[in-house]
Order: sequence, then C-alpha cells, then structure tokens
Amino acid sequence: MPGTHRRCAGTDMTASDKNGQANPLGPYIGASLPRPDARRLLHGRGRYTDDIKLARTAHVVFIRSPYAHAAITTIDFARAADSPGVIRIVTGADVAALCSPWVGVLTHLKGLKSAPQYPLAMGRARWQGEPVVAVVAETRALAEDAAQLVEIDWDPLTAVTDAEAALAPGSPVIHPDLGDNLAYQREVDTGGVEEAFAGAHKVVEATFKTSRHTPVPLEPRSILADYNPAEQQLTVYQSTQVPYMMQWILAKHFGLKETRVRVIAPDVGGGFGTKIHIYGDEMTAVALSIMLGRPVKFVSDRLESFVTDFHARGHRVKARMAVSGAGDIIGIEMDDLYGIGPYSGYPRGSANEAKQVLNLVGGPYRNRIYRGRTRVVFENKNMYGQYRAVGHPVACAVTEGLVDLAASAIGMDPAEFRYRNYIDAEAYPYALVTGPVFEKLSQHQAHEKLLELMDYAALRQEQKALRERGIYRGIGLAAFVEMSNPSSATYGQGGASIASQDGCTMKLTATGGITCAVSINEIGQGATAVISQVAASAVGVSPDNIKVVIGDTDVTPYGGGNWGSRGTGIGGEAVFQAGKALQQNILTFVALLTENEASMLGIRDGNVIEILTGKTLMTLEDVARTAYFRGDQVPRHFTPELVVTRHFAQKAYDGICTNGIQGCYLEVDVETGFVRLLRHWVVDDCGTIINPLLVDEQIRGGVVQGIGGALFEECIYSAHGQLTNGSLIDYLVPMACEMPDIEVGHVSTPTATSELGAKGAGEAGTAGAPAAIMNAINDALKPFGAFVTEQPFTPEKILRALGKV
Amino acid sequence: MTNARDEFDLRLTVNNVEVARRVPARMHLADFLREELGLTGTHLGCEHGICGACTVRVNGEIVRGCLMLAIQADGAAVETVEGVSESGEIADLQEAFHQRNALQCGFCTPGMLLAAADLVKRDPLASRDQIREHMSGNFCRCTGYHSIVDAVEAVCRARTGDARGRT
Repeated sequence: MPGTHRRCAGTDMTASDKNGQANPLGPYIGASLPRPDARRLLHGRGRYTDDIKLARTAHVVFIRSPYAHAAITTIDFARAADSPGVIRIVTGADVAALCSPWVGVLTHLKGLKSAPQYPLAMGRARWQGEPVVAVVAETRALAEDAAQLVEIDWDPLTAVTDAEAALAPGSPVIHPDLGDNLAYQREVDTGGVEEAFAGAHKVVEATFKTSRHTPVPLEPRSILADYNPAEQQLTVYQSTQVPYMMQWILAKHFGLKETRVRVIAPDVGGGFGTKIHIYGDEMTAVALSIMLGRPVKFVSDRLESFVTDFHARGHRVKARMAVSGAGDIIGIEMDDLYGIGPYSGYPRGSANEAKQVLNLVGGPYRNRIYRGRTRVVFENKNMYGQYRAVGHPVACAVTEGLVDLAASAIGMDPAEFRYRNYIDAEAYPYALVTGPVFEKLSQHQAHEKLLELMDYAALRQEQKALRERGIYRGIGLAAFVEMSNPSSATYGQGGASIASQDGCTMKLTATGGITCAVSINEIGQGATAVISQVAASAVGVSPDNIKVVIGDTDVTPYGGGNWGSRGTGIGGEAVFQAGKALQQNILTFVALLTENEASMLGIRDGNVIEILTGKTLMTLEDVARTAYFRGDQVPRHFTPELVVTRHFAQKAYDGICTNGIQGCYLEVDVETGFVRLLRHWVVDDCGTIINPLLVDEQIRGGVVQGIGGALFEECIYSAHGQLTNGSLIDYLVPMACEMPDIEVGHVSTPTATSELGAKGAGEAGTAGAPAAIMNAINDALKPFGAFVTEQPFTPEKILRALGKV
Repeated sequence: MTNARDEFDLRLTVNNVEVARRVPARMHLADFLREELGLTGTHLGCEHGICGACTVRVNGEIVRGCLMLAIQADGAAVETVEGVSESGEIADLQEAFHQRNALQCGFCTPGMLLAAADLVKRDPLASRDQIREHMSGNFCRCTGYHSIVDAVEAVCRARTGDARGRT
C-alpha cells in the first residue's frame, strides 16, 4: 500500500555495491550510481532540439487534412502568401521534386505491401492529420497566422475505418493499385490442433481487444534542418532515437552524399518508438531548408502529435486454449486482426506487431500445438507502427487471459497452473513452434521470487476476508517474455538499412581521462550511465574519468541507436570490448616502458599496477603524456595505440529473450466500476544488470505505460475516421495519483552471446502489465461471474460486465 | 478590441533580474521565457495546461506557463528552474531526484521540481498518497512515478527532521 514502501528485494543478486562482492566484470557493473548526465537536466540546462537557435532560422507549420479520406481539388494560398513574415508556401509536388517517395515494406515479411508515400499528400489525403501544405515564415506564430488563410477545396471520400469491414467484399480500397486493403497476412499451423481441442478436458475461449494508442513522449517530435548550399552540407538536429538510420534515409531520399549529411540527436525528451519512423512533416522541413538555404525548424504541437505520431496496439484477437484434466495446456488457436494506417510505416513496416503477436502467443509455456493467423489491414487512420514492447502486450494479454480462464475452468490456482506449464528449465535453448529460439529463460525462479515478494498466500487470504465484507479485490499474474538484443533478422535481412551492430571508439586523453564515442544514444533510459560504468569497469578507472560522446553521426562509430531494447545489450558490449582492448594496449605499452610482462600488469583506479604487489608503475596521465608529448621516451619501433574501436552485433539468435512475471493487486468498486491499483510487483530477468537504479525505474516506467493501455489510453476514432479525443485533456495518461508503488525484483541469467551478458530491460514492464491488470480485475469480479477482455478497462466496461448499465 | 498581434510593454522580474520587453498580446509566458529570454529550462509538452512541463512560479505560486499570457505577468516576480537552481533553493530536491534516478529524459523534470518545491515548502509532512496527489498535475512518461515520490518523500522527511510522514 502507498505509505508502507519497501525497498526492492531482488537487486542484490547482481549489485556488487550492496553485497560487497566484487563483480568479475568490473567494479562498476551492478552499481547503483546516479546518472552522470542527469544533473544538467535537473538544473534546466538540457538542450533539446527546440532549445537550439541558429541564425536565420525559419519556422514551418502544416495544414493537415481535416478528412480521413478526401481528394484535394484546389489549393489557393494567394492570400496566405501575402501574410506578414511568410517566406514560402509549398504543396506536395514542390516537396516531391526534392524528396523521393518511400514504400514501407520489409522483404522478409513476405507479402507485406504498401504504396509509395510522399512527404505531403499528392492529390489525395488518406488520414485525418496527413500534412498537405507547408507554410514557412519568420516566426511560428506568423506561419500559423498565414496557414489560416490557405484555402483548400476537398472532395470527401468514403473512409475505411474498421479492419473487419475493410476486408469485406465491396469495401472501398485505399490504394486501388494494391488490389485490396490487406497489407500483410501470416499463418502458422503445427498440425494436431483439431485433435487437441477435440480431446481436451476443457476448452476456454475469448475475444481480446487492445486499443489503438499513442506513445506520447513528452517532448514532441522536433527537427531543425540546416542546409548549407555552399558546401551542399545538410546538418539536422533532431529529436530522434536513430541518428544513423536518419542519415541514410535523408541521403537516399534527397539524393545527397551520405558524407554530406550529419544528424545530431541532442537531448531527446522520450521516444518509446515514436522517434524511429519517417514522418512527412519532418522530411518537408528538410526539403524546405534545402530550398531556402537556411535553417528550418519544425516542432510538432501536441494536437499534431496525436494525429501524426505513429499509433500502435489496436488488435482484436479471437483465441482459445485446450487444457487437460491434469492442468496442462494442450493446444492454442488464435486469430489476430488489426488496422494500421493508409500506408505501412517506413522504414520499419507496420507488420512487426503481427510478427510478434503470432510468434509469442503461448509465451513461456511448453505447449507445442498451435494454429494462428494474423492479418494487417490498411485503414484511413493515422500511421501505425512500433511502440515500446511491439506486439508483446497483445500476445501476453491473450496468453495470460487464456491461462487464467483455463486455470479457473479446471479449478486450479492460476499460479500453480502457470508453474506446471512453463517450458522445462532444462529445455533451453528452446525453439518456439513459430520459429524464434529462446536462449535461456528463468521462469520458475522468477515465479517463485514473485510469489515470495507478493506474499501470495497471505494476499489470497486477505482477498477472501475482504470479499466477505463486500470489498472486491483481485490478484492478477502475468508471465511474460520479451525479445531484446535483436540481430539483423529484425530489419537488415528485410532490406532496411538499419544497423543491428553498434560501435565504441575509446580514447585515452592527455590527462589520463577516457572518452567514449558510442553509436547508441540517450533518450533518458540511461545510456550515458551504462557506457561510463561499463567503460570504467573494463579499463580500470573511475566513472568520473569517462566522457561519453553520443548522438552525432560525424563523431561516433556506425550503429543502430535505440530501439528493441538493444542499447545496453549491444552497445554496452561494444563499449566493454573497446575498454578491454584499450586496457590491453595501455598495458602492452607500459610493459615495454617498464620492462615487464603485460600479463603481470593491470589498471586499477586509473593507475597501471603490478598485479602481484599492487605497486603503481605509472598513472594513466604518465602513460598519455609519454605517448603524446614524449616520443623520445617511446621505443623507436613501437607506436602506442591509445585509441581503439570495437563493434558488436548479436548474431546467434534473432533476439535474446528476457522473461519475468508481474503481479497486480487492485480493488474494484462494483458500484462505480472504478479500479484502484494497490500494489504491483515485477520480477524480471534482464541478464547482467549494469545499474539497478536504472533498470528498476525503466521497468516501473514500462509498467506504468502498460497500465495506461489497460485502464485509460485509447485513440477513439469516429466511423468517419475522426480522432475524437486527440488532446491530453481527452486522452487520459497515467498520472502519479492513480499509480501504485511498484516493487521490482530480479533474477539474473546473463546471455552467453556476449561477455557482458546484458539483455534488454526497457520493454518488460509494458509487455506484462496490461495482462496482470486484466487478470486482477477479472479475479475481483469473479464472485459476480463478470469478465472483461477489452482494453482499456474503463468504469463503463466494468459496469457493463457487471450488468449494472 | 485587442488584436492578438498588438504589442505591449512588459516589465517584470525573472529570477530576481529586472526585465523589460515589448511583446505581442498573444505570447504566453512560457514562450516569453524561452524565446525572449533564452530560459529554455521551461518546457512545452502540450500547451493546453495538462502536462505541467511549463510549470513556473509567479509571485510565489506555481502556474502553467502555457496558460498565462506574458503580459499578465506585468509587474510580477517570475521564477524558473534556472533561478531556483542558482539560488540553491531546490538543491536538496535536485540531489534526491539524482540519487534516486527520479528522472529519465528530463523533459518533465523542471516542472516536476517546481511542483515538488511547492509541496515540500507548504506541507513537508505530506504522506506518500498526498505527494502523489500533489504531483498529479505533472505528467512523466518515462518513470513509473515511484522514484519521484521517493525523492520528494525523502526531502519532506529531511526538511522536517522526521523519519515519518503522515499515514
């Protein structure tokens, strides 16, 4: 309960600062250190894209389609062009002359189709919010004034707004050239499904819905494009998670030399997947900078964000599960359907949710009889794509919802039911029937730890006692799996130029400091802290001596950036290997200078020492000074290499699967339908933990985003394709007063695919929370025989389930 | 009737420094601070008064910088995160936030700190529930709020020299 706050119990498994044992990977691996870069943010000294001011910056605003589907008959901007401060007004064709269109397909998602998409609509708008006209002026306010004066004649067309209806014969087709509205379909059938269901002791089934929602990073999408025609150099400051992906795409679509495109990600105010996609308004800002030869800034306002930031998670899944009398899952069947936007997103496609839902329904359980189908449908709604924990919350809600139904059907406690059905601990590596391979999960351990943290048995007793007094509390569990550390299987193998590897260049500075230039970047998740702790551990210095340089394609090695819970697992390993290599080079040099064997030397606290005696031979400053300033003291045929670069890519599996389990305790007011969250627990296994402080709050933040989807968040579209709640007033997000204290525990199963052993932690919370909430609500409603499966679980839906409205 | 573009003279103090500017009637206070004075610690997350990222202090009260016009602050004393950082007033809150990782991307943080400063000054005996209630005008999308509540609670307790809050 709030007010009886307890410290996390599980972090001591890896935190060397807590249990006093040295971590073999180095002294700062597992240390709960405050983030070195957080202080400037705490002093209001961050530098986000909109904080950057360049001389002669012009500001662009957009006129967007008010219709979900409409032909653009005429555009008249004569009056707008005369408005004070206006510099240029452009339409689709003007921008298309500079920027080639894109098609959001991945070749390894066979059959995924989409149509060419232009930065500004060309003759026809296909969703409410699609940019149509761009107005550039001396200030944003003047641009907005002028935008009011642009007159557009529209010819509204029938909007396709229901995924089911979009596939029905006779439905309007959004892109006639594509034949129909089906963007992608995949089926899996292991065989034996009919037999399993026919022979089952019980069959449970339900239709689950997850709502279309939007990530809402607090800093809106922002870009400042600065084209210098004299050098043909494009410099882009952008709130992005993926500088190198942006560099490649800007060069390709604007026909620029890649070496003349520099992308800088300054402080980024949250991403969650929003900032890994290509947006027409941002591409238009770049086009305008090229046209005008001066900087052009675009900062989305919150109303624009709602209708343009990629949406996600709006699935309808019909599913059923067969279970034996003993309580074993013996078959699962499911049919998934969801509507994307009018195009598949670029460059990552909009079918990855389909892939994950199809692959991961069945989660951490050993059942091998499975039939599934997923269909992805074009709709005249906002663009749609990857958002934190892509598809996982959907797969988890379906699986865990069925699991609770099955346990209930055979009269078994849901915790016990899960435990007996987990994949055998000895079965790893374990290939799913759908293809992916789990390297190693720790589901039994995580489960045991969670029940202990929750004091599950006591909670059940409390629940029972309160129920007799008319207080309806529910306990919900949700076991989850979460893919992280992706290989090139996610994008590169599908033809997208998105790196799955990352690199680190590490340098010994003249005073014995270490700089690390790394291709992952900071969106608040703690990349800077991870880099400094890993580098400090690998080299043998204090984290204070590490300077981290990130977010600039002119400066860092090549790499993938931040998506798919890959920063620590992939980028961290590159840093670790670079640190070890730099240490080795330093020791080789010092061994030569001091007539020692390098293998007898080490670096501790910034000093090169003899391992046996602990005696300091040289400080790192001495080493650097000798190398850089006193060439006369360096043996003539030896060149000290005090800058090294190392890269890392995870190649053994499509991704490294993390796992865990969540528990939720809540109370339902059966008169009002309101849900009060009392406590939430997570046990997560993300392998080696670099910094428990960061991991714990990442997981909590993920849980809260999952709770948002479960209880509040939904982009509500009218039948005509109008987003009816596109503001923070109407679209509810979780605030502090509604959220519970969240206790986090850990089990640590390092991945063997890297020396560091770290897996991702950014998405686990989001993957499991909605299912835990759903199961807890249904547990609370059990005495009434009421049941909910459609997120968000609003008071209205709960009252309807109770038959009270 | 006043035209939105009409300009007015504005005099006020910002972080104890006297400032005089001529500003359009329609310019809100957060834009004034950011665009005219370069005080970019005040952030804009929604510009419709929900997210709290633009929270600043006007004559001692916390307000939404996006919901107040700059000219409404004529003659007022305005304080921003830069000012209360420099004065040391929120040093303990900043340290507590830092130690507990009560921020990730940092975009909500200046507003969070000003909202928290208001609470620790007025009601340092606040319970965890009351802290959550008070901080509920400030949206954080990154953390789970838990660490923010921890940090504010720690400062409340430290300021009262008491290990316990209200229960």
